Amino acid sequence: MGNLTPELATIRDETRDLAKSYGLDFYEVIYELVDHDELNMVASYGGFPTRYPHWRFGMEYEQLSKSYAWGLSKIYELVINNDPCYAYLMRSNSITEQKLVMAHVYGHCDFFKNNAWFANTSRKMMDVLANHGARIRRYMDRHGVERVENFIDLVHSLDNLIDPYSPFIKRDDGRRATEEPAAREVKKIAAKDYMDRYINPPEFIAREREKMQQEQKQARQFPPKPVRDVLKFVLEHAPLELWQQDVLAMLREEAYYFAPQGMTKIMNEGWAVFWHSQLMTRHLCEASEIVQYCDTHAGTLATGPGQINPYKMGVELFRDIEQRWNLGRFGAEFQACDDPERRRHWRVETNLGREKVFEVRRIYNDVTFIDEFITPEFAEDQKLYVYGRNPNTGQIEIIDRDWRKVKEQLLAALTNFGNPIIRVVDANHRNRGELYLVHDWAGADLQFEHAQLTLQNLFALWQRPVHIETLEGGKGRLLSFDGESASMKEITPSQGGAVALGQGTPDA
Amino acid sequence: MSVRRIDQDHTRFRQIVRGKIKQNLRRFVSAGELIGKQGQKYVSIPLPQISLPKFRYGDNKKGGVGQGEGEEGQPVPGQGDGQGQAGEDAGKHVLEVDVSLEDLAKILGEELELPSIEPRGKKNIRAGAGRFTGIARSGPLSLRHFKRTFREALKRQIASGTYDPERPIIVPIRDDLRFRALQTRQVPQAAAAVIYMMDVSGSMGREQKEIVRIEAFWIDTWLRHQYKNLEVVYIVHDAVAHLVDQHTFFHLRESGGTKISSAYELCLQLMRDKYPAAEWNVYPFHFSDGDNWSSRDTERCVDLLRSSLLPACNQFCYGQVKSAYGSGQFKKDLDAAFRGEEKVVTSDIPDRDGILQSIKAFLGKGR
Repeated sequence: MGNLTPELATIRDETRDLAKSYGLDFYEVIYELVDHDELNMVASYGGFPTRYPHWRFGMEYEQLSKSYAWGLSKIYELVINNDPCYAYLMRSNSITEQKLVMAHVYGHCDFFKNNAWFANTSRKMMDVLANHGARIRRYMDRHGVERVENFIDLVHSLDNLIDPYSPFIKRDDGRRATEEPAAREVKKIAAKDYMDRYINPPEFIAREREKMQQEQKQARQFPPKPVRDVLKFVLEHAPLELWQQDVLAMLREEAYYFAPQGMTKIMNEGWAVFWHSQLMTRHLCEASEIVQYCDTHAGTLATGPGQINPYKMGVELFRDIEQRWNLGRFGAEFQACDDPERRRHWRVETNLGREKVFEVRRIYNDVTFIDEFITPEFAEDQKLYVYGRNPNTGQIEIIDRDWRKVKEQLLAALTNFGNPIIRVVDANHRNRGELYLVHDWAGADLQFEHAQLTLQNLFALWQRPVHIETLEGGKGRLLSFDGESASMKEITPSQGGAVALGQGTPDA
Repeated sequence: MSVRRIDQDHTRFRQIVRGKIKQNLRRFVSAGELIGKQGQKYVSIPLPQISLPKFRYGDNKKGGVGQGEGEEGQPVPGQGDGQGQAGEDAGKHVLEVDVSLEDLAKILGEELELPSIEPRGKKNIRAGAGRFTGIARSGPLSLRHFKRTFREALKRQIASGTYDPERPIIVPIRDDLRFRALQTRQVPQAAAAVIYMMDVSGSMGREQKEIVRIEAFWIDTWLRHQYKNLEVVYIVHDAVAHLVDQHTFFHLRESGGTKISSAYELCLQLMRDKYPAAEWNVYPFHFSDGDNWSSRDTERCVDLLRSSLLPACNQFCYGQVKSAYGSGQFKKDLDAAFRGEEKVVTSDIPDRDGILQSIKAFLGKGR
């Protein structure tokens, strides 16, 4: 399996057995030895060399090749969530680097297999994506490259509008209401039979009945509840051709496959670093390799001002968790203690650390991970701070080092994994089949220029006017595109789109 | 792997880039933003339009989280559009694509429908670098051509009847030896010289010079695409003309009177000394705001053009940049004097948006 040299194969076996002895649990890993150009190529396709053709991958490739050629960046490792896992090693890496990469890869593979958020990802994605590629190529042959490619562009423009939790929750059984409301009839005024014709004239009754039906029709909302999976909604309800539906469904499937990797970036990298450092420093590194190992390792964990390195953040948190659970720094008593000195020197030999980190890697994602495990001590030790623009000077400054603020800021940035939350609220807006979206504003404004362009792409799929409601600096804004011109209006913000709905509440 | 998938996608990407540049050429040209980014052979072109739009947060995010030393209130270095999170799109910058000047010239040509320039029938013959594609009967042993040598031997043996198909042994003798030999190709080569002349009198302001600079850049790009070796000379003039280097040409600000004939005289002298018409395709370009010192001098200019300059050059181009002070008389005089003369092209450049039109006027004749 793979094309490793005998030397690398020996290292692989050693690393694998070591990783297993520490309790890591992973699918078989197949290593491919590739040169930098092949690696850039595979990386451009997100790790899957058999993906469908699209210029975006060519763009990615150009950027990777260039930044490699200029010595700006170099991909060390690339690993794919699949059974078996595929991992790519760069041929030009030194033996020390290869050891590090292999140890790192086993960390990732263990994470892929065991973390709950990956539970619903396909483990045969290599095959699935190859099938997608073949199908899309066939559509290109039949309908023309340009047409299919343009359609893919449209879908890509919307592929962050999915509901990352939906693989785990059944949102909607498709039924609108539990029981039909009692039949309503036009109320007649009581009258004697012979007077009825005059007191309740039939024309009047008919008119009233029609009005009532109209009202009922308007009360029937579509969708009945706001929908977060905009892509799915478009797939099911937009006037698409069959091949378009198929392409959209495939790309949506791919978006869901990649979503957990975005949801666990910090944890996943942290876990891999945690294990490569364990395995390297305790077992794999020869004395002569230590300096090179340290150099590479330090490069991976380097932090720059004004940004968080997920590798660094992740591994430090995992180490902190292990230490805390070894020293009994958890539970109600520790939580309640607010004497910093006592917290610092808290020491109860519990030795649950290893067990705890394995549990954490199983059930958390980045949001819950940060929320649960950043402590005042951690924020202080890691020198975390919140920065922002000083309105007086216009400069970006350090604003606060308070750990609660730090956590709040991190969580805000990670909410919905960095994407705005957008829901379909009304697909029959103004009773004209227009699509009405609401952006669930959470502190940050949308980029309006992009939003307008995205609306145009959405229009191309929906083929009726589209709108998105959002806030700008606290004021309600309605961006619309009606097929000819884009517009932006000031509106009174509706609570979760209540205005558009007339009723109804957003889902959780 | 035969054709790699990524190559197809990469080619497709380049095509799209090309299309975008073409679409936005007018904007790129008038903004002049490309010139600063020019390398030896490539230009980096910012193409924000190429990335797919998404609903995403703008730059006014409340800030982010950083890690490191520093007091509260201390500025965070190197922080442009801070996104303090680990998201995939963190801190993406505007995409810049490298395009070769060659490509750029082609795009310009296609967009403005510029004809290819036909050199005026005189071709410098230049010996291209030799390649070992020939065969010779003598040469050093290191260049021995085995296949040809044995083929010769086989021919000889068959002809002389010493070849036995049962025992096909072929032994070359000295006469059979063949060697690889240098073969030089004669490559026709056209040489061109561009002579830029600019009025730097008081009335030519910074914006006027910028327009000249942008226009010169594009003309250069196009002509370089057409000729293998292009020589560029810069002349500035007010009441007297000087030969200057490129930097000075674009940055100098003199003030004083204007005597256009001084520049034409210097140009003529250059053409006589360095760029004789028999060997060179010469393109004089003159940019001015149209103010000349006296009508006598304008007459002198017309004389110079008619008698000596025009016969020796491919085309004479005069671009009149509009300025607050210029009268614009010179163009009118030229137009009147050379009505029907194909070799003289004049054009008005009212502002930056006029640059493309002016380039088309100058280069659209294919001379």
